[in-house]
Amino acid sequence: MYLDDKRVRIICGHYGSGKTEFALNYVAELRKLTDKNVAISDMDIVNVYFRSREKKEELKKMGIELIGSSINEYADVPAIPAEMRIPFIDKNYEYVIDLGGNDVGTVVLKKFVEYVNPEETDLFMVVNVFRPDTCDVPHIIEQKSSIEYTSGLKVTGFVNNTNLVRETKAETLLYGDKILREVSLKTNVPIKYTTYVEEVVEDMTPDIKKQLSGDVIPLKYYMRESWM
Amino acid sequence: MAKVLMKGNEAVGKAAIQAGCKFFAGYPITPQNEVPEYLSRELPLAGGTFIQSESEVAAINMLYGAGGSGARCMTSSSSPGIALKQEGIGYCVFGEIPCVINSVARGGPALGTIQPSQQDYNQATRGGANGDYHIPVLAPASIQEAVNFIKEAFEIADVYRTPVIVLEDGLIGQMMEPVDFDVPVKKREHTPKSEWAMGYGNGNPHLIEGIVMDAPMCEKKNRRFFKEKYEVIEKEEVRYEEYMMDDAEYAFVAYGSSSRICKTAIKTLREKGIKIGLIRPQTLWPFPQVPFQNKNIKLFIDIEMNMGQMVPDVALAVNDKNKVKFFGRCGGMIPSPEEVVEATEKIIGGAK
Repeated sequence: MYLDDKRVRIICGHYGSGKTEFALNYVAELRKLTDKNVAISDMDIVNVYFRSREKKEELKKMGIELIGSSINEYADVPAIPAEMRIPFIDKNYEYVIDLGGNDVGTVVLKKFVEYVNPEETDLFMVVNVFRPDTCDVPHIIEQKSSIEYTSGLKVTGFVNNTNLVRETKAETLLYGDKILREVSLKTNVPIKYTTYVEEVVEDMTPDIKKQLSGDVIPLKYYMRESWM
Repeated sequence: MAKVLMKGNEAVGKAAIQAGCKFFAGYPITPQNEVPEYLSRELPLAGGTFIQSESEVAAINMLYGAGGSGARCMTSSSSPGIALKQEGIGYCVFGEIPCVINSVARGGPALGTIQPSQQDYNQATRGGANGDYHIPVLAPASIQEAVNFIKEAFEIADVYRTPVIVLEDGLIGQMMEPVDFDVPVKKREHTPKSEWAMGYGNGNPHLIEGIVMDAPMCEKKNRRFFKEKYEVIEKEEVRYEEYMMDDAEYAFVAYGSSSRICKTAIKTLREKGIKIGLIRPQTLWPFPQVPFQNKNIKLFIDIEMNMGQMVPDVALAVNDKNKVKFFGRCGGMIPSPEEVVEATEKIIGGAK
């Protein structure tokens, strides 16, 4: 499934929708499926904590190249290094881009506009309907439009990441699925993935998975510590 | 489905609006920027005024005016920004201005780092303004508690006509958690603003002042504060949580994020047969005294994200400094539960 996606996958969405956890899980699985180079860029210059750049060493061990701030992994500097261009140009890369939240986070992409080829780019929008600004159909569509306007790209798939962190249950996902299906019908954009944290959602069953849209994929927490 | 998923800083902004905050002034600083960002958008819609002031100093002095005019008001900042506000905080204390100061701590001193820390325990509980004074300090350990404490802070501020600090480490500001905004907070009786605030003229002068013209009057005012405010607050406003303390022989003492790390460490330590619990002060001033009278406890192990700033308070409460040990990280480093377990085993081993 991950290899069926376009070579460049840009992960966008609302602040706190779960972009980084999804992007890290995605890239880790992608690594197992291909012999090509696999890179992830941390283009989030909005957030200061819980950034994929903090996982540079962990990813390196897995054979994944993380391109983050050029100065250090904790600096409060909105640094976008030139290396982030390389996987756009070099076709021997499978590329994942972890954007910042909202249209504000998306604007960073403009820096790379001459390298973004829509033919080989997927723009996945991660949605958690328990975030107040993406709580229903009109809000989600508004969010989608503002991201598309800023990026100049069209969202090619939704990711249903509806959750209440450690209080997530199967019904939480089904609730998000219902809302996103309506969004999908109205916008003609498919729900590509539904994601849930395996250790949290204890009541997940094969039957429920069948009711959820797209590929249903279990995640593990990369950013959230055991005590959070 | 009453819960929503919020980032701590956003939740603080929403809680302030729910509490009836009508005025916010602040200057941006990481890691609390989502507070002003949220309020700049939402507070005007709720009929309030948002000001991005030219400095932290200006912001706290705007609270002197807004609070002195009877508006529920708040400012928010992080460590070096709170340092800048100290003079103004002193004026708010002496002018008896009800106001809420949201303080999201990062690594220090000076500009330090942007990572979470608890290095502002002394800054909050002792303060850097001149004179004799205390300020109630609430220390939430979750987003839900941050929401509840912000609402309570406005009540406490009005009851005692005092600034109230809500002290969070950067993690509480930046973390996402499910939160219920409908948890009720007790509304309290307080002196009507018509009796003291500016702009409520009914013939009697209302004077808000930071100066007293002679020493006997100044002492009298100080003594009134201690008798009418601080003694009552120490009696009425202390809050703490005890976790697995029933059979405990050892106790962690921790607040905010550190207390959560301790709870995870307790699980591991108990599996190893060590009977350990947690005393979690929810108010840092007034500092809880009762839970430290527990005679079954051999050692109180203070865990903080600083170099041991709470230790003197724990030692005073325990009344035996030999029973108080410490482990911490600082500068923006977060101790892992494993580190805490290891440090605890070392401390306890050494005590045998």
